[in-house]
Amino acid sequence: MSSLDDIAVKVEAATGNVTPLLHEIRHALKRVVDGQEGTTIDLQSLPLAPGEQERIESVLGAGEVRAELDALGPTVIQETSYPGVWLVTHRNTEHEVLARFIEVTRIPELLKSQQADIESGISRLATELATADGASFLPQESQAGG
Amino acid sequence: MHNDQTLGEYLQSQGVSRRGFLKFCSATASLMALPPSAFAQVAEALATARRPSVVWLSFQECTGCTESLTRSHAPTVESLIFDAISLDYHHTLQAAAGEGAEAARMAAMEENSGEYLLVVDGSIPLGNPAYSTIAGVSNLDMLQESAANAAAIIAVGTCAAFGGIPHANPNPTGAVSVSEIIKDKPIINVSGCPPIPVVITGVLAHYLTFGTIPELDALGRPAAFFGQNIHDRCYRRPFYERGQFAHTFDDEGARKGWCLYELGCKGPTTYNACATLKWNEGTSFPIGSGHGCLGCSEPDFWDKGSFYTPISAGLWGSREALLGAAAAGAAIGVGAAMAARARKKKSQDAEEAQTT
Repeated sequence: MSSLDDIAVKVEAATGNVTPLLHEIRHALKRVVDGQEGTTIDLQSLPLAPGEQERIESVLGAGEVRAELDALGPTVIQETSYPGVWLVTHRNTEHEVLARFIEVTRIPELLKSQQADIESGISRLATELATADGASFLPQESQAGG
Repeated sequence: MHNDQTLGEYLQSQGVSRRGFLKFCSATASLMALPPSAFAQVAEALATARRPSVVWLSFQECTGCTESLTRSHAPTVESLIFDAISLDYHHTLQAAAGEGAEAARMAAMEENSGEYLLVVDGSIPLGNPAYSTIAGVSNLDMLQESAANAAAIIAVGTCAAFGGIPHANPNPTGAVSVSEIIKDKPIINVSGCPPIPVVITGVLAHYLTFGTIPELDALGRPAAFFGQNIHDRCYRRPFYERGQFAHTFDDEGARKGWCLYELGCKGPTTYNACATLKWNEGTSFPIGSGHGCLGCSEPDFWDKGSFYTPISAGLWGSREALLGAAAAGAAIGVGAAMAARARKKKSQDAEEAQTT
């Protein structure tokens, strides 16, 4: 009995969108170098044939920086082998892809510490300092009087 | 979420950091098909958004639209958006039944008069009020009563938007769309059989974010999702341009992923976002799985001839004549548009003849 694997299927489809996208990235990089604003490309908005997204990722490759953010599910921020070009993949708590962007910028916004979080951190640290006695922050041996 | 809380306050109370919120806004902007540059605006608006009341009515429908939404692949964003609205009445999903359920609907409409969103799936039978009733109230009466003080109406699915399958010839119940009854409220048609779940959520998110309805096309559909046809966004389009077509579902062309135009694909005359948003976690869409588009987001899609006949065949008389012309792909693009218009006119004429 034959199985699905026996059916010779070889999809030849290509939208032709990969090369223009790479050119768009090149132009966006030039703008960043010239001191202009960065560019974000929503990969979900582009028609891509099976395998083309993988081709884009393969051409861009992986660079030196990879960061993971754990907020409402994991997000991976990967600098590609082209400095200034970042691949940002947002997943939900079930690890399904919510959105995928190519960000052309010096540093993606999500990697920066956010003003509201910094302010909240200042407040928490101040509370910690106000409620703890001075000994709490000494090494344990010192606290034991040794 | 309390009614007086903003979405930003609610997320903060749930321990969601500002980074998490920005991630949510990024995904929401993508969901609404907004350009990534609109992300900052979305973040600013969502932080201060307040919870709108939503009343969801289901009339002559198969529950496929609700299934589509509740089985959406993006539970995090979905659930946050649903936390951010107050779904006060949905007789399929709510726990309450009978008088309790109807009391909840009446209370929501009274407390949020002029501000609540009315979502409708299913068509409305005008032939006889008893064809479809809820709690002894006809669909027509319930729609008119619920629409009277709504801020806007979202007609979810092709049945609510255009009459859909209940409206198909011979339309035994006299089914009509929401817009054929309600004339004095903004109506957003989110068509599709079923609609793409993220499109439903995208429209809710747009209202939540900006407090307005999105830009609509000539058929009242959100232009961001229905502004381009399936054909123009289809990854098989280059094969169409080169005149490379699958002739059967298992020939060499089918196996190589060539264009399905000759197998009846309605992509050239169908406006929807399936080719980019896709289904099942963004895995695929009908054309990606080897079947032509049925055109389910267009009016009267069920009455436009066989799903397996090329869209221009009815106009040009024979399939052979079409195939001869198919070699010039771009020329057919024009022909397909003409055919679509001619077939729509023919279908309208037939309908008028039937009703007179």
